[in-house]
Amino acid sequence: MATFPRDLQYTREHEWARVEGDVIRVGITAYAVEQLGDITLVDMPAPGEDLQAHERFGDIESVKAVSELFAPVSGEIVDVNAALESSPELVNEGPYEDGWLITIRPSDQGELAGLMDAAKYEEYLGTLDG
Amino acid sequence: MPFAGWRMPVQYKGIKAEHEAVRTRAGLFDVSHMGELLIEGPHADLAVNTLVTNDVSALEAGQAQYTVCCNDDGYILDDLIVYRLEEAKVLVVCNASNRDKIAQHFAARLPNGVSFLDVSDRWALMALQGPSAAAIMRDVGAPSAVTELAPFRVCRAEVAGVEAWVARTGYTGEDGFELFCANDDAVTLWRALLSAGRPHGLEPVGLGARDTLRLEARLALYGNDIDETTNPYEAGLGWVVKLDRNDFVGRAALRAIKEAGVDRRLIGFEMTGRGIARHGYPILADGKRVGTVTSGSPGPTVGKNIGLGYVPTALSRIGTTLGIEIRGKVVDAVVVRTPFYKR
Repeated sequence: MATFPRDLQYTREHEWARVEGDVIRVGITAYAVEQLGDITLVDMPAPGEDLQAHERFGDIESVKAVSELFAPVSGEIVDVNAALESSPELVNEGPYEDGWLITIRPSDQGELAGLMDAAKYEEYLGTLDG
Repeated sequence: MPFAGWRMPVQYKGIKAEHEAVRTRAGLFDVSHMGELLIEGPHADLAVNTLVTNDVSALEAGQAQYTVCCNDDGYILDDLIVYRLEEAKVLVVCNASNRDKIAQHFAARLPNGVSFLDVSDRWALMALQGPSAAAIMRDVGAPSAVTELAPFRVCRAEVAGVEAWVARTGYTGEDGFELFCANDDAVTLWRALLSAGRPHGLEPVGLGARDTLRLEARLALYGNDIDETTNPYEAGLGWVVKLDRNDFVGRAALRAIKEAGVDRRLIGFEMTGRGIARHGYPILADGKRVGTVTSGSPGPTVGKNIGLGYVPTALSRIGTTLGIEIRGKVVDAVVVRTPFYKR
């Protein structure tokens, strides 16, 4: 059963965001990981790139399918999880820990307020099929 | 997921774990969606021979062969396994998505003197595949006629109290069996095989790993690698076309195709750049589109991202560098020898 930490905020595209000082760490949720299955490739941009909220910033591929990754907030990419290049399975093993994707320096702190908390996200998942 | 009107599991435990189980131990597949057609009567072999490209009359009772069924133009209507169950009884197994088409094709064209029956809705089909498959068969109490069955042989046997046709065939590149039984007996047989298999590390396997297993073994998937726009020669299936025997649908066209030579070929490639090719992605050479990926995915056993696709014959040589366009980016790939995996 997927779990959703209380200290994170969530998007409808199944990303999570965690405030860490002046940056926001981003990953995909345990629900997304369950849906994708074995992750085999994560394609992400280089640090320094500017993102708009809800903009596609990369792709994540499992054995069977490709899914797009969307930025939860606008800002500049500070860091990209380089370990995923050789070990994409880290996302399966710990989507909230070693399987994080990028960190963003947000350009508009207010956008965070538009994300869901864990309870709202679980409620949202309840409205989805399967 | 829905597939040709069936509800099928894509995965049970996970595609990689299931794939690995089949390569190293064993996997159990419910492939009851496949179509099963029975043709009976004296010279049932010659009757089926009029509709397929391989030579059914070369089979003795208890033997099976892979073949394709072509239209008048020599293009592929379906790929099939034909089992000569008895001297005068032939079983044709076709793809679920083609069942109605093939059943109609056969029913309309089979010569008089043979009976034709579509038993797809009454028969279940399970595949037990992997290096431990024979040991599991022994543990479930199958007779030696089953455990000692040679590849592409079939026999009637009682397995776990269930009457079944058991064949040493499969779609994974591993040793294994396929078992045809009545629907009513399917759950009994499935449970018996699962429980006899558990000590051997057997896993139930879904459609996801079925696809990665068959791709590594370069077994064609109808609707991806072959269809009504492809002929057997360009698909690398010329070996199942026997032109020098009694006539069959498509023979004249196939002879002409063979004599003219094909201008494109289905090749295997592996990604040398970082990316996964998928069905439908463009194949490029020198920046120009030259073909299309028909199948692509990670190959869990070969440890590379692999695929199949059609390219011009001039670009089909082993070692040729190609580009695969993946969502707007061109990623390097190289033509390699197939199968990607051989046990």
